[in-house]
Amino acid sequence: MAVYEHNYKPYEGVLTAGWSRFLVIPRYVYQDLFKYKLFIALFVLCFVCPLVYTILIYLHHNTSALTFFGISSADVVPINGFFFKVFTTIQTSLAFIFTVIIGPVLISRDLANNALPLYLSRPFSRWEYIFGKLSVLLILLSVITWVPGLLLFLFQSYLEGGSWMINNFWIARGIFMISLVWAVSLGLLALAFSAWIKWRTAASAALFAIFIIPTPIGFAIQAILGTTKGHLLNLGMAFNVMADEFFRTVNSEDYIFSLGEAWMVFLVYGLVCLYMLWRKVRAYEVISS
Amino acid sequence: MDPIIELDQLRIEFGKRRILQDLQGVLKGRCIGLLGPNGAGKTTLIHTLLGFHPPSSGTARIFGKDIRTEGKSIKAAIGYMPERDAFIANQTAVHFVRLMGELSGLPSEAALERAHETLFYVGLGEARYRKLGTYSLGMKQLAKLAQAIVHGPRLIFLDEPTNGLDPPARKRMLELIREIRDSGCAHLIFSSHLLRDVEECCDEVLILKDGRIAANVHLEEERKANRKFIEMETRGATPDFAESLSALGCEYAVSGSQRLKLIIQEGIEVRDLYKLAAERNVQIRRLNFKRDSLEDIFLKAME
Repeated sequence: MAVYEHNYKPYEGVLTAGWSRFLVIPRYVYQDLFKYKLFIALFVLCFVCPLVYTILIYLHHNTSALTFFGISSADVVPINGFFFKVFTTIQTSLAFIFTVIIGPVLISRDLANNALPLYLSRPFSRWEYIFGKLSVLLILLSVITWVPGLLLFLFQSYLEGGSWMINNFWIARGIFMISLVWAVSLGLLALAFSAWIKWRTAASAALFAIFIIPTPIGFAIQAILGTTKGHLLNLGMAFNVMADEFFRTVNSEDYIFSLGEAWMVFLVYGLVCLYMLWRKVRAYEVISS
Repeated sequence: MDPIIELDQLRIEFGKRRILQDLQGVLKGRCIGLLGPNGAGKTTLIHTLLGFHPPSSGTARIFGKDIRTEGKSIKAAIGYMPERDAFIANQTAVHFVRLMGELSGLPSEAALERAHETLFYVGLGEARYRKLGTYSLGMKQLAKLAQAIVHGPRLIFLDEPTNGLDPPARKRMLELIREIRDSGCAHLIFSSHLLRDVEECCDEVLILKDGRIAANVHLEEERKANRKFIEMETRGATPDFAESLSALGCEYAVSGSQRLKLIIQEGIEVRDLYKLAAERNVQIRRLNFKRDSLEDIFLKAME
């Protein structure tokens, strides 16, 4: 069916593997996103912090440089769990900003343009569609969070020696787990809001609200009923509990709830989001009454 | 010919509403028209065959594969052009068709090549780098057709493809449908309200009414059958002439003084009738093949 041959012919070439087709979605979304200079600028900005941290780690191991700048080794920031926790917190905050920018339109645009029948009439399931959209955020947030985090960890291990790496492997685990849980949670929340809220601004506001509103509600429940269980709605608090546990730092929330409960919070939020997506991601809405 | 679609007591219920009621039948045509009044269940049947709605009971098979259990492999062999506008936001036609090709399993380069070819084929070659949002209704319909055929499916579902098109665009769309049909590479399911469009393109018609099959007609066979019925208007015909027609092997009925209705047998040609009339000094003033149009078939099915 060359352009000059006006006839219909079936395709007889090779096909891609079925499992990999969900990756078509992020590829096309990135093609669109990286057309915008503002987005590229913001993306580059995300690597300023890893650059600063690389310099800090380098200075930590370079006595001649410290002497040159007149800094004593006692004044140098110690490289430990807290060091990497702060790094992860900064990068996950940037990840949140990216989610607010990209997330709200990922599904709402397809719903507004009736694109779902086009996706789902192909050998492409609803789960593959959801996972394809989720992977847009997962890949991008991974590049911002745990990928540079682990590179920093490897850089520090290289300068400090192999034994440091083995003794501090829990830091690498913390960087990876915290970033991954955060990316998955943000991704699912953004997709769920995108599926249910057509208006981009409202969906972005909902993403902020989900982190802000549970705090006063939790304290109100604590004041009225005398129980701290109201804080179980608080995703931000659950994230802090997890980060403290994984990076072995002091618990800033005074252990209002345990690590197990923090996992449970993320799990429940995740399941609710998946249910919301499952209800909305259909080729056509069926009115059954 | 192997069956394309087999309906096996297929039933669809949305809540308490029964939309399709125990459909049973086999569709074998190259281009199958799906007809019926609004709410008859045409679109629901298409959506069910595409796997959008699970059957409440019964099932259907496409190319022998069960829609309940082999949905994914069925979808690899089909293309779908939806009735309503359906696009990916902010994309050019070539970008859109390529994406659809890749989602169907074409490698990226092959999808790009096929996207260009398909857009040229449907007549959007010069406009392929324009954003879909700037397209006219006719162009959008063609772009929807392009995404449905980019991966070269064996079965193409067309849901009201001529809806809202002006006469030239409608003509172009029907030409494309006939070309695809005549290529012999794909079967088509053509849902429409427009009987003329279906009649022009389809060789088989499934008529639905209130979620049931009202008729399943093979138009080609129907046309062949219609060729046997002749209405004749004569001058000077006598009972003797009618008898001689009977002797020739025609069944006849006299309707009016000079009018005859004939059913001619295999092997008898129209020229035999003229020859006989000449021998008997009878003038044949008018001779029509009585033809059941699709409209007649449709109206009968709706009774």
